[in-house]
Amino acid sequence: MSEATTKQEREAALEGMGCSKKRKEDARFIQGTGRYTDDIKLPGMLYADMVRSPYAHARIKSINKDEALALPGVIAVLTAEDLKPLSLHWMPTLAGDVQAVLADEKVHFQYQEVAVVIAEDRYIAADAVDLVQVEYEELPPLVDAHKAMDPDAPILREDLVGKMEGAHSVRKHDNHIFNWQAGDKDATDRVFDHADVVVSQDMYYHRVHPCPLETCGSVASFDKVNGHLTVYLTSQAPHVVRTVVSMLSGIPESKVRIVSPDIGGGFGNKVGIYPGYVCAIVASIVLGVPVKWVEDRMENLSTTAFARDYHMTGEIAADSNGIIKALRVNVLADHGAFDACADPSKFPAGLMHICTGSYDVPVAHVNVDGVYTNKAPGGVAYRCSFRVTEAVYVIERTMDVLAQKLNIDKAEIRRRNFVKAEQFPYDTCLGWQLDSGDYHTALDKVLDAVDYPALRKEQEEKRAKGELMGIGLVTFTEIVGAGPSRNCDILGVGMFDSAEIRVHPTGSVMARMGTITQGQGHQTTYAQIIASELGITSDEISIEEGDTDTAPYGLGTYGSRSTPVGGAATAVAARKIQAKARKIAAHLLEVSEDDLDWEVDRFKVKGVPGQEKTMKEIAWAAYNNVPEGMEPGLEAVDYYDPPNFTYPYGVYLCVVDIDKHTGETHVRRFYALDDCGTRINPMIIDGQIHGGLNEGFAVAMGQELPFDKQGNLLGNTLMDYFVPTFVETPHWETDYTVTPSPHHPIGAKGVAESPHVGSIPCFTSAVVDAFSHLGITHMDMPHNAYRVWQQIQELELTE
Amino acid sequence: MAKQHISFNLNGKQVDTLVEPRELLVHTLRENLNLTGTHIGCESSHCGVCTVDMNGQSVKSCTVLAVQADKTEVKTVEGLADADGLHEVQKAFVEEHGLQCGFCTTGMMMRAYRFLQENPNPTEEEIRWGMSGNLCRCTGYQNIIKAVQTAAKNLQNANKSVETA
Repeated sequence: MSEATTKQEREAALEGMGCSKKRKEDARFIQGTGRYTDDIKLPGMLYADMVRSPYAHARIKSINKDEALALPGVIAVLTAEDLKPLSLHWMPTLAGDVQAVLADEKVHFQYQEVAVVIAEDRYIAADAVDLVQVEYEELPPLVDAHKAMDPDAPILREDLVGKMEGAHSVRKHDNHIFNWQAGDKDATDRVFDHADVVVSQDMYYHRVHPCPLETCGSVASFDKVNGHLTVYLTSQAPHVVRTVVSMLSGIPESKVRIVSPDIGGGFGNKVGIYPGYVCAIVASIVLGVPVKWVEDRMENLSTTAFARDYHMTGEIAADSNGIIKALRVNVLADHGAFDACADPSKFPAGLMHICTGSYDVPVAHVNVDGVYTNKAPGGVAYRCSFRVTEAVYVIERTMDVLAQKLNIDKAEIRRRNFVKAEQFPYDTCLGWQLDSGDYHTALDKVLDAVDYPALRKEQEEKRAKGELMGIGLVTFTEIVGAGPSRNCDILGVGMFDSAEIRVHPTGSVMARMGTITQGQGHQTTYAQIIASELGITSDEISIEEGDTDTAPYGLGTYGSRSTPVGGAATAVAARKIQAKARKIAAHLLEVSEDDLDWEVDRFKVKGVPGQEKTMKEIAWAAYNNVPEGMEPGLEAVDYYDPPNFTYPYGVYLCVVDIDKHTGETHVRRFYALDDCGTRINPMIIDGQIHGGLNEGFAVAMGQELPFDKQGNLLGNTLMDYFVPTFVETPHWETDYTVTPSPHHPIGAKGVAESPHVGSIPCFTSAVVDAFSHLGITHMDMPHNAYRVWQQIQELELTE
Repeated sequence: MAKQHISFNLNGKQVDTLVEPRELLVHTLRENLNLTGTHIGCESSHCGVCTVDMNGQSVKSCTVLAVQADKTEVKTVEGLADADGLHEVQKAFVEEHGLQCGFCTTGMMMRAYRFLQENPNPTEEEIRWGMSGNLCRCTGYQNIIKAVQTAAKNLQNANKSVETA
């Protein structure tokens, strides 16, 4: 056996980076031994259930608990009045606002939490909810965000009246939350004033919900004797929750243990801190027994988090060749009744200013006004980095409108405006530095793969026959991996992340991270990173996350930050261990460190075959034979503060056929090329992309949280809220290019959100394209059959 | 409310227990019998994460009363593997990366277990319709379809080798 073969075999045996390793976490899930929050049952545990408001806006005149309390098995009924002495009837939000834990004199949205019932089992709790009598005086609801700042608009937040200095800016109206701007307004306006061509498109990015199959919940357990509080909860950011719980309760962080056990999907829904969690914690502290609160599906869709709800206008000034000269974006953001957006503190509109996309835009201006309405709070990033889905949507839609106006093909207009490969790192006019990319290559690869000219020819023929066929194209750039602590923090904590790696004497590894997996496969992929860095097989590397008592502090998993930040911390921590291992190897081999070469899983003395020490041998020596003056052991911690975000990108193409009699859209083909830099596990990447595409399909084609004029939520069950089944879901085709991030230790950028971010405007692009020859430039989502059918009727296509 | 006595075969073992007349089977399984592999996602029969097998049919245990399980045979994910090891459906879900967060997986596998007895050699289209009562938010279904196809193939091969043996 030649040495070269051996080296390759040893490398393959590690199952490290680049390997489609089967997932380590699967073993428990396929046996039904996963442990989710609702699976946790503690001795003496009680159950909490919520009394919720039937009205969107009303004053609470009285609450009568007597009948509920008389029901056998009911232990307590708590209202804002009961929480007031503890100062827990309101809580701070991540966005610098406050939110009522239980409605304080007023309700601000339908299904708002008014009282919490604690009972011996969930059936009794549900019975008691119906027995709590609440008398309301209805107030005029504010549902239309466009009317929020009218002089005669009903005032929602009486607690803020007269407080015109908001968390992010001066407030112009009692229903105004903030104004936020980026870019150079005057310079942008000047370009628009003298441009050859200007296009402007209004679009509404509707309110949706991430709807993971596991709803939110928690089990709080306070030990009155030792003062320790343990909370199991569905959180994408357990360490932040610990800090917040400690600040709210006054219990030291060392006595607060937050555990995110297995999480049944997050998608942004499980970033926030919800009244139900707080009520379970308060009830456990007061009663001294464990209390469980788990919401049902209706509560989930109605109250814990929403996403989007951006009324946007995209405007491009260009020359007659379609070259962009300036971009202007204006947004009216509906934040609901409390500003509970989950964004880095300094960015009330998230990273909306990534809206220059993949294009070389000389100057731009973004203006965002956030307003209160009588709807649930939230504003989470549904499978995306903060507001990046909105940013990508507005630029990609407006690019299509520009192409249409100039009668330039939508692939060609993008090609003309792309940031070129040689321009990276590229500083955008709105302040970001795109780290790496080769957009032209990616576009060409997709157009070749689908035979784009043939598709256009087919479309022409179909149009001649009166059939509706559309081709959607999107060339998106994301910004993920929040983020550098110089501009990203949550409640003052910088958005670093962490890894702690321990190599045991026999050479196996336990590693813990500050992130938390929700299906992304961290237990497999982090192990693969360590395997490649340390030369220890990934099977021998155990990964643990989510328990604040054991894991190092981290900001959690959302905004595709696990690989860009947690993955970087993992690689750097492993390299610290490798550096120490090199010293030990030099000591064992009695050579200088410089005489050693690292090869897969061992250090070899240069030019002396056979003189080598494997990582396993070094691990053993680390516990009994280290160089003089060196401390024993082999472990390292890294808190990684990224120098920049990462900027994954992709090119997506979608082909649809629309039935002009029913309005039904059939997605015939969806081709997704992603560039996420270095690929850790191709199997998992493909899985993430399939899932993200399907969630994008859901948003574009059917999901919405619609409200009537009274503020009643009209679609909060899975009967109404669209979650695609096997039948509707298209077949996905995936492809990739690899352009590593230059600043990331292993060159990886993050991938799981790209398919959601990129596919949504692609579906719209395809549906609109089916009508573009008839002068249609934009159609608002969701593109369900009824709405598409209405467009067909307006155009009288079936006459 | 007076409790009712029910007696049924659960994963091959006889179970006797007292339940409230209004109690849902999923709660009996999870709370009373501590089999938490069966999950709750919507409590309205839409999502299928609570799917179990009852008298040879897939049922959504969030809308079956526990009293309806009296004198039946129920199989949950905990009963899918046997003394010989994992069921082919379980192995195929791992092999084809047919799961991510794992929450829908147990119900999904219980449906696949029954579906492949109803239709041992399904086309992709038949899988899509036959499994459509079970939702997944993570996978985009594509790898679940592959898993069901792989399980079908392996189950058929296993049956063939039994026949020829």
